[in-house]
Amino acid sequence: MLENLEGHFAYYFLASLTVIGFYGMLAKRNLVKKLIGMTILQTSIILFWLVGAYRAGGSVPIYDERLGMADPARYVNPLPHTLMLTAIVVAVVTLGVAFALIIAIHRSYGTLDEEELLERMR
Amino acid sequence: MTAANLPALIPLAYLVTALLIQLAGAWRRSLAPTLAVTGASAGAVLALAGLVRVAASGPLSYELGGWPPPVGIEFVLDGLSAFMVAVVTVVGLVALVHGGRTTATEIPGRVVPFLSASMIFLTGLTGMVLTGDLFNLYVFLEISSLAAYALLAVGSRQAPLSTFRYLTMGTAGASFYLFGLAFLYLEAGTLNMADLGRILSLVESHAPVIMGLTFMGVGMALKMALFPLHGWLPDAYTDASSAGTSLVAPLGTKVAAYVLLRLFFYVLEPEYARGLPLLTAVGYLGIAGVVWGSVMAILQPELKRMLAYSSVSQVGYIAAGIGLASPLGFIAAVLHILNHAFMKACLFLVAGSLRLRRGHSHIPRFDRSLRRAMPWSMAAFALAALSMIGIPPTAGFFSKWYLALAALEQANWVLLAALVASSLLNAVYFFRVLERMYLVPAPEGVGTAPAAIEPGEVPASMLVPTLVLAGGLLVLGLGNAWLVTHLIRPMLPAGL
Amino acid sequence: MIPYETYPSVQPLLAVLVSLAAAGLIVASGRRPALRETWTLAAAALKFALVLGLVPGALAGRAAEVTLFEISPGVALALRADPLGVFFALVASGLWVVTSVYSIGYVRAGGEANQTRYFASFAVCLSATIGVAFSANLLTFLVFYEMLSLATYPLVIHKETPEALAAGRKYLAYALTAGGLLLVATAWTWQAAGTLEFRPGGIFAGSGAGPGTIRAIFLLALVGVGVKAGIMPLHGWLPSAMVAPTPVSALLHAVAVVKSGVFGVVRLVGFVFGPELMRDLGLAAVLAGFAGATVVLASLIALRQDNLKRRLAYSTVGHLSYIVLGAALLSPSGLSGALLHLVNHATMKITLFFCAGAIYVSLKKKNVSELDGVGRDMPWTMGAFTVAALGLAGVPPVNGFVSKYLLCLGTLEAGEVAALVVLLLSGLLNAAYFFPIVHRAFFRPSRDPVRGREAPAVMVIPIAVVAVLSVALGLFPNLFFDLASAVTAGVLAGPGGGVTAGIGP
Repeated sequence: MLENLEGHFAYYFLASLTVIGFYGMLAKRNLVKKLIGMTILQTSIILFWLVGAYRAGGSVPIYDERLGMADPARYVNPLPHTLMLTAIVVAVVTLGVAFALIIAIHRSYGTLDEEELLERMR
Repeated sequence: MTAANLPALIPLAYLVTALLIQLAGAWRRSLAPTLAVTGASAGAVLALAGLVRVAASGPLSYELGGWPPPVGIEFVLDGLSAFMVAVVTVVGLVALVHGGRTTATEIPGRVVPFLSASMIFLTGLTGMVLTGDLFNLYVFLEISSLAAYALLAVGSRQAPLSTFRYLTMGTAGASFYLFGLAFLYLEAGTLNMADLGRILSLVESHAPVIMGLTFMGVGMALKMALFPLHGWLPDAYTDASSAGTSLVAPLGTKVAAYVLLRLFFYVLEPEYARGLPLLTAVGYLGIAGVVWGSVMAILQPELKRMLAYSSVSQVGYIAAGIGLASPLGFIAAVLHILNHAFMKACLFLVAGSLRLRRGHSHIPRFDRSLRRAMPWSMAAFALAALSMIGIPPTAGFFSKWYLALAALEQANWVLLAALVASSLLNAVYFFRVLERMYLVPAPEGVGTAPAAIEPGEVPASMLVPTLVLAGGLLVLGLGNAWLVTHLIRPMLPAGL
Repeated sequence: MIPYETYPSVQPLLAVLVSLAAAGLIVASGRRPALRETWTLAAAALKFALVLGLVPGALAGRAAEVTLFEISPGVALALRADPLGVFFALVASGLWVVTSVYSIGYVRAGGEANQTRYFASFAVCLSATIGVAFSANLLTFLVFYEMLSLATYPLVIHKETPEALAAGRKYLAYALTAGGLLLVATAWTWQAAGTLEFRPGGIFAGSGAGPGTIRAIFLLALVGVGVKAGIMPLHGWLPSAMVAPTPVSALLHAVAVVKSGVFGVVRLVGFVFGPELMRDLGLAAVLAGFAGATVVLASLIALRQDNLKRRLAYSTVGHLSYIVLGAALLSPSGLSGALLHLVNHATMKITLFFCAGAIYVSLKKKNVSELDGVGRDMPWTMGAFTVAALGLAGVPPVNGFVSKYLLCLGTLEAGEVAALVVLLLSGLLNAAYFFPIVHRAFFRPSRDPVRGREAPAVMVIPIAVVAVLSVALGLFPNLFFDLASAVTAGVLAGPGGGVTAGIGP
């Protein structure tokens, strides 16, 4: 049990992050808090990719003369890192759009509390 | 410019137009609509050329940046993607032409960014359809989603909030997709669709693969508003501007359905996919959505919201077809993607026309003065409604026909019952509207003239797109056998 | 074995399209009533001529066939003028001519609104009906059948009153449910039998479909066509739809709609399931049971109706089931009698509805209890009414006698004494609900101090024509009898039918 926890602790950590993020998105009433939850969710997934790319003892995926090209196992997998750069950009842009919407919402309703908003929409 | 470049040219056409619109719009606003229609026409022409080309001489592939797959990203124009991209571009073009007038009245001053966002939206959708790389698909998914948020956020006062909820749900959906994809990538070490499928069939351990597929499936189910994950859709579609809804509604959910088709039947071996409980679940959720969407649609007093719930129900048909995992089910799903895109676009266009002429699309306020004032729009609406109900020889009837055949093949009585029940429910909510449009007299004391912002039929720039779609429903209906034999059957994945 | 050979010809297609084109022209010339009416009459005459041109071929064992394009892989949109199709098309197109003339008189005299929609829908209805008649396979049949359902809706709600709208909703609910079930039945047939082609003697023989499957398909299809055929308990929409203008009722009851339903029953029995299966699986007994019950119950309900049109409506429900019962007997005379009753009931019932309409237009009377002395005001109309009423009760020489005689003969051939009892009892009930009307009209003094007048000539002439037609068909039933015999021979001698082929292929 403990061994399992030790070996996979990164995954347990990420799983709890995911759940925290998702919970925040669903349960929080304040729209900004929802966004925080969303960001946590996205980050946990990005980290998941990076953890998956990890190789024990691997170096950063930049060509190193001492390590050479012969054995790719000496580097961690570079592809997920590049992919996640894109994902981070996407996440940032989404966040930007979301904040733009939040500003628009606040302008027309003067609140960011979801239940109050639903009340006022009626 | 050879045919081999077609797969990349289609999204590129939209992307370039998006930039041009911004540039030209800064200089002279009036240029923007013309540019948008030109760009969309170019996209549609390219897509149709691609469809013809693929039907004649097989799939085309374009290697982005000259990197050969599986390392590089490839854009693939095969039977399914050519078909899908043709649907997206043609319906997109028609919606844009119609939107020219409504944007000018509903969201004046924001026409240039709106059109630019429309182009980016179409870039994203065509990119999703054409790409042969699963991570690239995620990127295009987010491109189209971000553009869709922008398109839907302008409209009524509630639109930003509805869009915000769509944004959180949509982002959750995309994140789930990305999460699931990580499992597949870590298992197979590739993101190229063709490559991945080959490798997965050799993989021993199924648990991570199924985990990954489930997350990707849930993500796409969110994006396609599959019951019970459809909560974001009705508000988002109702509160947006007419042009925004009529562009996003017919296309957005369909492309997510396309991703499911691609994932289950092309990336995976169909034999493998058939055994997945996940696929069966998609089918049954689809059936539940068919009924739920129809029932909710009956209760809506607002036309756009009713149509939005009806979309939930129609997406259920597509999901049910996918869930059957049989050639007939596949045919039904693909055909319904096309048919429903036409029907729903036509209905939303008329809703937009009504908002332009009457200033509202509130069903209890319709009366029979409409049939005299806007005879052609009403006729188009009636035809599309009949198609939704499934009266032959309109396209909708044949969607039902293939789905019924597919359901019988597997003795799926639940689906059959849902099919019959849903067409009755469709009849209830559409005839409720038609009755008002055609038969119910205007209330006492309220003349017909004051209710109208501008009397009469909508201008040709709105009428022609509506009628093209309505006429298309008859053509698609009568020509369905041709479509199935010449386009859909050849694209059937091997082994299904 | 197919008892007729086919030859390619576009004539059936033209017969379908002519009224569709007319509908377009009617809408286009909406503001000019005279032109609009010309189109209606021209199309009616042309259609009748086209159908008439198909009769010699059908009698000689040659069926015109036109196959258009596939509407589902393996199933084409195809029309075939086989004897049964020609039979029904002849009835529908012939009576459309008369109804058109009458309609023009009715809407002019009654000053009805929305005449363009009225005539256009009428024309579309006729196209769909001829399509139903000539359909060569079940999917084509379904397409036209649903088109017919829909084209009838504007006619049912024609008056646009809340009552009419309610009737329209009810009609749609019935018709669309039926359509949905028929769709399932069609798809299932395709799955089970591998074909949807109408073949004399049925298509299930040798298909390997299990009896349970066939029974289920039969029940689904029966509900599908039974709604239009008014088989109880599926008849509810028919009396409600009586709010429509009288020529529409005439169309619904005599020309097109309900007849498409019973026609559908005959098609199913003779050309999809086939006599042998019907008998072996006990389907004929189910059909006959429902039909027999409907005959008696509808007649009993008709007795209690005071509204003239409602009484006629229940009478229609009853008489439609005569036809269904005849088809369920699966004997030569029974089937011939059923077919003859299809045409005979049409001419008689159209007469009655025309009369009811004429009474309404000239005297504004709707109820039986108001009809005292009407015969003296409107001698021609009530004379025709009497002829038709006698015919429906089965009195010679009106045509109703011929078909009832054949039906009774059919029950004896099939050895179904119960059916015979039902028929005879119903004859008495018919007399019981029609003769009081005649008695009131002619033998009671009018309570109205003011003398009414006869309906306009444009209405009286069609009434006289259909009444004379009813008698003429009673005296000279040869043409329809020959066509019916051709159908019967085909159905009962086809694969799996009759004595000749006791064992299926």
